[in-house]
Amino acid sequence: MSEASLERGLNDLKAQIDAPVASFFSSCVHCGMCAEACLFYTETKDPVYTPIHKLEPMRRLWEQEYTLLGRLKKLLGLSKVVTDEELEEWRSLVYDSCSLCGRCTMVCPVGNDIAYMIRKMREGMSASGNAPEGLIGAATRAIEIGSPMGVKLPALQAQVRHAEKELGFEIPFDLEGAEYMVLMSSMEIMNYPEYLSAIAKIFKQAGKTWTLSSEAFEATNTGIQIGSSDIARELVSRIVNAADKLKVSTVISPECGHAYTAIRWDGPNLIGRPFDFKVKHILEVLDELREQGLLKTEGFENAKMTFHDPCQIVRRGGVIEQPRRLLNMVAKNFVEMEDAGTMNWCCGAGGGVSANEDADELRIKAFNRKKAQLDEINVDILVTACANCRIQLEDGLEINDMDIPVVGLTEMLAEHLVETNKTEG
Amino acid sequence: MNSVDFLLWVRGPGLAIASIIFVFGMTLRMFEIFMLGRKKNLAELRSSGVKEGFRTIITRSGGVDTYTTKRTMFTHISGWVFHLGLFTAIFLLAPHIELFKSFLGFGWPALPTAIVDLATVIAMITLLAILFHRLTNPVMKFLSVGQDYVVWALTFLPLLTGYMAYHHLFFPYTWLLGIHILSICVLLVVFPFTKLTHAVTLFTSRWYNGYMAGQKGVKQ
Repeated sequence: MSEASLERGLNDLKAQIDAPVASFFSSCVHCGMCAEACLFYTETKDPVYTPIHKLEPMRRLWEQEYTLLGRLKKLLGLSKVVTDEELEEWRSLVYDSCSLCGRCTMVCPVGNDIAYMIRKMREGMSASGNAPEGLIGAATRAIEIGSPMGVKLPALQAQVRHAEKELGFEIPFDLEGAEYMVLMSSMEIMNYPEYLSAIAKIFKQAGKTWTLSSEAFEATNTGIQIGSSDIARELVSRIVNAADKLKVSTVISPECGHAYTAIRWDGPNLIGRPFDFKVKHILEVLDELREQGLLKTEGFENAKMTFHDPCQIVRRGGVIEQPRRLLNMVAKNFVEMEDAGTMNWCCGAGGGVSANEDADELRIKAFNRKKAQLDEINVDILVTACANCRIQLEDGLEINDMDIPVVGLTEMLAEHLVETNKTEG
Repeated sequence: MNSVDFLLWVRGPGLAIASIIFVFGMTLRMFEIFMLGRKKNLAELRSSGVKEGFRTIITRSGGVDTYTTKRTMFTHISGWVFHLGLFTAIFLLAPHIELFKSFLGFGWPALPTAIVDLATVIAMITLLAILFHRLTNPVMKFLSVGQDYVVWALTFLPLLTGYMAYHHLFFPYTWLLGIHILSICVLLVVFPFTKLTHAVTLFTSRWYNGYMAGQKGVKQ
C-alpha cells in the first residue's frame, strides 16, 4: 500500500461521502435500534458496539465538510476535528466488531445503510494507516503472492492432481472458450478441497465445459475487507483479465461470501466498466442446472439439517431461494433457523473479522448468537455455502462442545449425484 | 410589549421570518445532500431498484425480523404513537388548517377538537416515555448528545403550550397563544439544522436503502 497518513485518510474518506451517506447522516435520530440488530452488541451488551456509533468520525467529517453550519463551526474553531488518535481508537469498532453483515441496514427505521457506510469508512481507515495488522498482512500477501493465505498455484495444482486421481478424469486448466471459469477461495484449496471434486463431478454430469485459470484462481478480495479500492481493483482485474483471455461466458464465485460481493457487485464499479461475462455464485449456477434438469440427484439425507445463510450471499447479494431449492433435492428433514434468509444472523467472522487476530475474542463471543439460533432447533447437520462461515462455525461449535458437523452445500449435492455415463463428453 | 403586541408580532413577522428560514434551510440541506451525487452502478442489475426504493419507504415503517423487532418493540410502538399524535395535532386541528389555508390557498377537513386534544395528550405522554427511555436505556443513553435533548424539548413545547392555550391553563390566553406560536417559530428555525431533518430525509434514506438492495435482488 502507498504511504498512509491522516491527511490521505481524511481525503479518501471525504471522497467516499456521497448523497446516500449525507442523507443517512441527516436522518439518524439516535434511536439505538441498530444495536439490537448487531451480534457484536447483542452478545456483549456493550453500547460502544452500536453500529451507527462506529461511524462517528465519518459523521463529523461529513458535517464539517459538507454542511454549511458544520463549515461555519469549523471556521470558528467550534468543532472537534478527526485525529489520528481517534481513528486508532475506532479501529476496533470499524474492523473487529463489524462483519459488514448488513443486519443493521435492514432494521434502521429511517433507512440508513450502515454497512454501506462502514465499507466507506474503512476506505479512510486503511488510507490513514489505521487498519488492523492482520488485514494488512492478508492484503499484502494477496497482492504479492496472489492469495491472502499465501496459497500459490503449485498448491492448487497439487490439489487438482489429488482430485483427478480420486475422480479418474481430468480437471481442465486454462481451457479457452469454456462456458464457466471456476474461482476458488484459499480456504477451499487448503481446508475444503472436496469443493473442487464436487464441482468437477457436477459439471461432468451436466455436460458443461468449465476451466480453472492458472492466472486467476483466487476469488477472495482482501481489498474489499480492509477498505482499499486500489487493492480491490487490482485483485478483481486479475480475474477479469483471465476471464477475458479465456473467453468464458460465466465466472463462478465459490462458496464464499465477500468474494461474491467483490466480483459480482463491486467488480465492474472497481474497474469502471461492465464485464463482458456474467458472474454467478455457485449456488445460482447449481440452481440453474437443477432447473434445466442437468443436476440429477438420488437418495435423501435423513438427518435433521438447517442452512446458515452467508450474509454477503443473501442479505447483501440477493441469492436467497436457490440454496433452499437445492437443499430440498437431497434433504428430507430441512428446518429453518429463526429469522432465516434475508434476516439471518452472521456467523461472526465475515467482513475481514476472521483475518484479524485482534478480533479473535470478540469473534468467539459473537458466535453465541448463532449458537442460540442452533440451540432452538436442535439439528444434526449444519449446511452452509461459504468457506469462511464454515471455519468460524466449526470453530465456534467446537469451543462450545456442540457436536454438529458443518457441510458445504455443493459437496452435499455432489454426494447425491446420479451416477451416469450418458452425459459424458 | 403587551400580550397583544407580542401575539401580533409572533404570528405576523415572527412566523414569516421563521418560515422563510425553514424553507431556505431545508432547501439548502437538500441541495447539500443531492449535490454530492452518487456513482452509477455498473454491475449487471437484477432490477432497476426504483420500485424497491419506493417499496422500502413503506415497508421500513415496521419490523422486519423476529429477534430485533421483539427487543425494540417500545421504540416501534412509541415511535408510531408519538408521530401519529403529532401529525393529528399539527394537521387536523381546525385553527391550524385555517392557517395552512391562508398560506396554501386550500384546506382539508378537520377532526373534532376533542379528538385532537386527546391525540395531543397521548403525544405528550409518549414523548415523556421516550425521554425516560432515552435516559435509562443503556444504548440510547450512550448515543444521546445535547441535541437529542434540546430537540426533544423543542418538540414538546409546542404541544404543551398548544394544549395549555386551548384549555386556558394558568396564564392569560393571549400570552399562551403567543408563546405557543413562538415555540413553533423556534422549532421551524432549528429544524433544518438538527436531526429534525429526518422528517424529510427519512424518505430519501429509505429510498436509497431499498434502491441499492433492490438492484441486488434483495427484497425488503
